[in-house]
Amino acid sequence: MNPDWLSLLSTRYFDLNVVVEVFPLLLKGVGTTIWVTLVGWGLAASVGFPLLLLRRSRFRPLGWIVGGFIEFVRSTPILVQIYFYFYVLPSAGVVLDPISTGLLALTIHYGCYMSEAYRSGLEAIHPGQWDAVTALGFSKLDVYRHVILPQMVPPLIPALGNFLILMIKDSPLLASIGVVEMMYYATGYSMDTFRYLEPITIVGLIFLALSLASASAIRFLEARVGRKWLGREELRD
Amino acid sequence: MTNVTDNNIITMKSVTKRYGSLKVLEDLTLDVARNEHLSLIGPSGSGKSTILRVLMTLEAIQAGDVSIDGDSLWRQGPEGSTGAKEADSRRIRQKVGMVFQSFNLFPHMTAIRNVAEAPMRVLKLSRAEAYERAKELLKLVGLSAREDHYPIQLSGGQQQRVAIARALAMQPKVLLFDEVTSALDPETVGEVLNVIRHLAKEFEFTILFVTHQMGFAKEISDRVCFLEGGRIIEQGTPEQIFDNPREARTQAFLKAVLES
Repeated sequence: MNPDWLSLLSTRYFDLNVVVEVFPLLLKGVGTTIWVTLVGWGLAASVGFPLLLLRRSRFRPLGWIVGGFIEFVRSTPILVQIYFYFYVLPSAGVVLDPISTGLLALTIHYGCYMSEAYRSGLEAIHPGQWDAVTALGFSKLDVYRHVILPQMVPPLIPALGNFLILMIKDSPLLASIGVVEMMYYATGYSMDTFRYLEPITIVGLIFLALSLASASAIRFLEARVGRKWLGREELRD
Repeated sequence: MTNVTDNNIITMKSVTKRYGSLKVLEDLTLDVARNEHLSLIGPSGSGKSTILRVLMTLEAIQAGDVSIDGDSLWRQGPEGSTGAKEADSRRIRQKVGMVFQSFNLFPHMTAIRNVAEAPMRVLKLSRAEAYERAKELLKLVGLSAREDHYPIQLSGGQQQRVAIARALAMQPKVLLFDEVTSALDPETVGEVLNVIRHLAKEFEFTILFVTHQMGFAKEISDRVCFLEGGRIIEQGTPEQIFDNPREARTQAFLKAVLES
């Protein structure tokens, strides 16, 4: 038999045998962490822009209501919102399973933040672009789809990517309503074994790896879109 | 709706436009004949660009009537002027093309795509048809070699010529040029004016030309209007206005411009 390296390298505080035992368990949860975050991010990015358009609606009361809603959501903790959707909505007859509740909370919370990012992007569009599309007679839908969004989104990639990292880091909150993701397994293991240091450390390291990976994916995307798009140095002559 | 009783493609009657208490156009009446070439000159803030922006449906007015090619765009009612419905103003817009001081090309599209986009989206032409039309128009403005360049890769003069091709792609009857050479380097002004000169001579467009290029205005115009303070102070043939202005304000303006 080999010497028991794991035990030799462990201390009484940090036991590598625990690490080896808990790691596969956490990997079981990491898939849920990743897909819930990615889907939530996609949904949030999709509702953020319509939210902005509603807020800017020519029908002023609608704009005020949506604006107030956005400010309310941005000013309250996401954990409170998660609890609200999970424990309060059922009394209004809306019963959602933990995963759907988690996606709903992430989508609405971050959708509101993203609508603010979109707002800065929309305001950065040169006013002459609106003159041009009016003069050419584009429909509203074509204006946004073919003229405004393609100009607006590339500069927003870093900001939208930043939200992805924030969302990854908020995803363990979903364990509190029973979404079976990484944090759920870690705390479950800890309660059974009274070992906290190893599972929580590993969870932290996995989150670090996920965040760093997303950050470099965003940078790659930014460079790629930038190259394909315009306004970058190599295009100037 | 249609009241094409005369040869005027544009009629503006007693038009008033205000920003708050500032009157930009004041009781302005202006008719433009079909295929007429009209230059609007005057100091900045005189309302000449505003006239174009009203005709392009980019600005609202508070009082008066405006109609283009028989379609009413603004109609005076008991409580000020009301605009045409969206469907009507869209039809009117298709008869009018505009070229802007700041080009306003779509920065994320190549030159040919800039020209082809509106025919594809608005006129529902096929991609092939729209690109063929765009190709011809870029040739007309002398930019065949630049089809696949993005706006940022083009000089100001080239961008403005793409913008002219883009306006032409919608086959308008009326062309509005809003200080189209003001943002250009002096050495590229000529190439843009050459294109406009060609359009004026070889095609049948009604042209409204807002400019500070007095020599060029004199050359291509049938009629020149001098505006100040939102009113037409004096109008007439280029010879009358430039060589023999009657109004003291016209004389003062021309003196100041020609000396600068």
